Amino acid sequence: MLRIPCPWCGPRDESEFRYRGDASVVRPAAQAATADFIDYVYQRDNPRGWHCEWWLHTGGCRQLLRVERHTLTDEIRTVTAARDLTP
Amino acid sequence: MSVKSLRVGPGLLGDPARPLRFTFDGRRYTGIAGDTLAAALLANGVRLTGRSFKYHRPRGIHGAVAAEPCALVDVSGPLGREPNVPATALPLYEGLTAHSQNRWPALRFDVGRVNDALARFLPAGFYYKTFMAPAWAWERLYEPLIRRAAGLGRLQAANHAHGTPGETVHDHADVLVVGAGAAGLAAAAALGATGLKVLLAEQDDVAGGGTLLQPGWAAWRRGMLRQLEDLPTLTLLTRTAVVGAYGQGVYAVLQDLRPAGSAGAGPRERLWIIRARRVVLATGAAERLIAFPCNDRPGCMLAGAAHSYLRRHGVRVGTRIVLFTNNDEAYGSALALSEAGAQCQVIDPRPQSVAGARAQARGIEVRNATQVIDTAGGARLRQVRVHTGTRRAILAADTLLVSGGYTPNTGLAAQLGAAPQWRDDIAGFACDLPEHIGRCAGASRGLSGLAAAAADGERAAGELLVSLGVSPAARPPLAAPPADPPATPLQPLWEVPDRGGGRKSFVDLQNDVTAADIRLACREGYEHIEHAKRYTTLGMATDQGHSGGLVGAAILAQARGVPLAQVGVSRPRPYSRPVPFAALAGAEVGAHFKPRRRVALHDWHQRAGATFVNTGLWLRPLVYGPGGWDPVLEEARRVRRAVGLTDVSTLGKIDVQGPDAARFLDFIYANTLSTLPVGRCRYGLMLREDGMLFDDGTVARLGEGRFLLTTTTANAAAVLEHMEFHLQAACHGMRLVLSDVADQWAQFALAGPLARQVLAAVAGDMDVSNSALPFMAAAATRLAGVAGRLFRISFSGELAYEIAVPAHEAVPVWEALLQAGQPHGIRPYGLDALNTLRIEKGHVTTAELNGNTHPADLGLGRLVKKNGDFIGRALLQRPGLQDDRRLQLVGLRPVAADARLRNGSQLVRAGAPADSEGFITSSTPSTELPGWVGLGLLQAGHARRAERLLAVSPIHGESTPVEVVSPHFIDPENQRVRA
Repeated sequence: MLRIPCPWCGPRDESEFRYRGDASVVRPAAQAATADFIDYVYQRDNPRGWHCEWWLHTGGCRQLLRVERHTLTDEIRTVTAARDLTP
Repeated sequence: MSVKSLRVGPGLLGDPARPLRFTFDGRRYTGIAGDTLAAALLANGVRLTGRSFKYHRPRGIHGAVAAEPCALVDVSGPLGREPNVPATALPLYEGLTAHSQNRWPALRFDVGRVNDALARFLPAGFYYKTFMAPAWAWERLYEPLIRRAAGLGRLQAANHAHGTPGETVHDHADVLVVGAGAAGLAAAAALGATGLKVLLAEQDDVAGGGTLLQPGWAAWRRGMLRQLEDLPTLTLLTRTAVVGAYGQGVYAVLQDLRPAGSAGAGPRERLWIIRARRVVLATGAAERLIAFPCNDRPGCMLAGAAHSYLRRHGVRVGTRIVLFTNNDEAYGSALALSEAGAQCQVIDPRPQSVAGARAQARGIEVRNATQVIDTAGGARLRQVRVHTGTRRAILAADTLLVSGGYTPNTGLAAQLGAAPQWRDDIAGFACDLPEHIGRCAGASRGLSGLAAAAADGERAAGELLVSLGVSPAARPPLAAPPADPPATPLQPLWEVPDRGGGRKSFVDLQNDVTAADIRLACREGYEHIEHAKRYTTLGMATDQGHSGGLVGAAILAQARGVPLAQVGVSRPRPYSRPVPFAALAGAEVGAHFKPRRRVALHDWHQRAGATFVNTGLWLRPLVYGPGGWDPVLEEARRVRRAVGLTDVSTLGKIDVQGPDAARFLDFIYANTLSTLPVGRCRYGLMLREDGMLFDDGTVARLGEGRFLLTTTTANAAAVLEHMEFHLQAACHGMRLVLSDVADQWAQFALAGPLARQVLAAVAGDMDVSNSALPFMAAAATRLAGVAGRLFRISFSGELAYEIAVPAHEAVPVWEALLQAGQPHGIRPYGLDALNTLRIEKGHVTTAELNGNTHPADLGLGRLVKKNGDFIGRALLQRPGLQDDRRLQLVGLRPVAADARLRNGSQLVRAGAPADSEGFITSSTPSTELPGWVGLGLLQAGHARRAERLLAVSPIHGESTPVEVVSPHFIDPENQRVRA
């Protein structure tokens, strides 16, 4: 089980969070082509190494966190609140 | 051989004053308190304890730890029967009743033994190759045959007698120390002295590890345990195995709670979920076997196991003993057994050794440059055949001890991602952990010798203290332990080749995997250790290849012609030993399997005689009374003809507030909500980004920047999550907050043509007329003196109001409504009636919002906005989703008025009964039409009005002619809701 250091709640068990997928994909602009939306919805990399992921702290502060996790070692490098990210 | 001659003393753990009677395969024996079942059987001269998995060869006790490959028994007790219990880790108790496994009809005469004679037809991969054709034979012939023959032990169906669930405990530690041998004790003492919270877990019944076998270490061990007892922040748990390491400092730890010396009542296991800042893995090393022909005969045993039975239980495992070892450490067992009166000889493949010289000085015969090439003696070892250069000799023996060296127990380290590194000096793989996780220490790190391990434990503690930023603390001095004796390095020896041919050399005794099987796997292309493992089942048994896994890898390396370092070992995963499901389940069984949510009116519903149904975690009234269609239709007709009241509190409710709330909801919903006037409601559709329907509900605008929306009961949590995610991930800068208010509000639907009269009676001076409170109006209100909200929305298709009041005031308002409705014949109605009403109205629920339907499929396409972005917009436009052959919502009625419909029935044409064109999603007897009505999804259904089809349910043997109709069975003009 992962333990995710939530900036508000401290280190918490993975079971308090909902995984919301790859945080490196960005929703295309409204006028983007359908193909871009298909990529956004269906195309994902499966990296061996560092990976940015969305974790929503549903069982805690309900904040959405971008977690940088190493898929091989589960090491967590950075945790940033989505609201603090520059779009 | 008399029993007395094998018990030479009480050992460290035995209490000769407390004899314990037990039976094995129906025969009575006596052991003493402190024995394991294996120790007691050995003390009684019992050698044969079971038959092997595949070849049904006779097997005896091979080791002395829980990872036992051979001596697995079936234990019967007052609480039921439990198979595959390692006799080596089962504390003896009075009246213990155990049986051998995998034999039929009897242990000494076993029919399956014929498999051994047929062995050349049963190689690795035998099943895959043999049971190929014809196809029909698999189901009818092969599978039943294999199932009868396969498996070790027989599982008993759900053992209700257990009754006492396992326990789950969560705890934190600064450092988890795994293993209380020399290294673990030293590390724990040094860490605990600083005041750090230390958990020391030892799977053995007693702490001490390898020091328990060395009388010279007793004073050190006792002193150390006294020190640990005085440390207030240290907890030592024995009979406690760390079974999983999950990263981020989370460990699964299984504690056996059965008191030694009793059959045990109360919880059997406690599962600890430990979160630790650092870990010390002082897990020791496992003695490994050597593959040589007939190395599985009862009487063949690991050298360390024999040493353990002697020191711990005072049991001398044999009288004429041959030790086959390639290392100095194993000589300790021969020296100890010789002192205990056994006649010992040592077979050592090395030309000479320090330990060999020591043994010879004590009068033990040592044959150097010699190997064991075979054993003889049927189900009881009688002879060991050895080979020196060109000469052969036959040695009479009742016991053959084997030691092929020591393999560090790196399973937990590997689970933490550590890469095993090959070490020539120990001929094994060892691991190191990164500093932020912890440290391996002692034999598990590839060190030899107890003194070296103890010193390494101290060092490990020191390093962890540095990484934790804690200063070391002074400790009272301990008696100096003996120094490790000088030793000659081991000479790797994995296999002694079969010179005679046709005899089996086992590498995995539990799964009957031989050296030849490994070579066969390699020849057939399964060269990778993970492939070879799965093809041969090497290391896949309950002992996880404890004693033979590395031997198998070494034989694979030889077959491939590459160094063992290059082959590696298969990757271990949790759990490192068998874990009972009951321990994992803990208290979350039966009614406690998942949380149960009760509505505010639960007690009222119960008193009213409701039959409850689980919807998600909720308990909802299904019908008031015992159930059946008659009371359901009675409740529903009451709504159609007069008035009814139902509890819809389980709907999700989300309060959305902020200046950008309207803009956000336009993005979340497929229809437009920003145009909704204050004081009005609108039906809303939510899509997933792929264009499919996600959820539906109503949205009420309570103020310019304030909306209250409802979700379906099933999706309440998912919708909130969906909205939070998109708000924070995709709607930067929008000013609004979401609040889950589902539990704060109770909500009732008051429905029926007389609903307004009932409402007026409790609404005080509020004007509830159609003009003041039209269809889809939303308003604040006071009902029966309670401040609440009123929504004129309808799921039933009748004139209806949904009334929301604070949950803690639900009962008085509910009762006031029923009171006010009494003159009009009001009755509460349950979920079944609600469902009947909505099906007749053609309203959809989860059955139709099944994840594969989009708005137009359900006839809701006109609600989807044409302008502006929203979730699902782009992919909803994909051509495939516009195809008019898609499954579309239709109404269905049986052609014969007395025929019933069934959810899940497939819709087919009369001429093509195997080609499904759709299916029934919802069905009910109608309140107004004769017979049943249903909703279904049908290919191109919107264009097939009046077509006749068959609704078939092959498993019920039904084929019902149905007619495709409009899904709006009652009031298609929507007059009633506006009345």
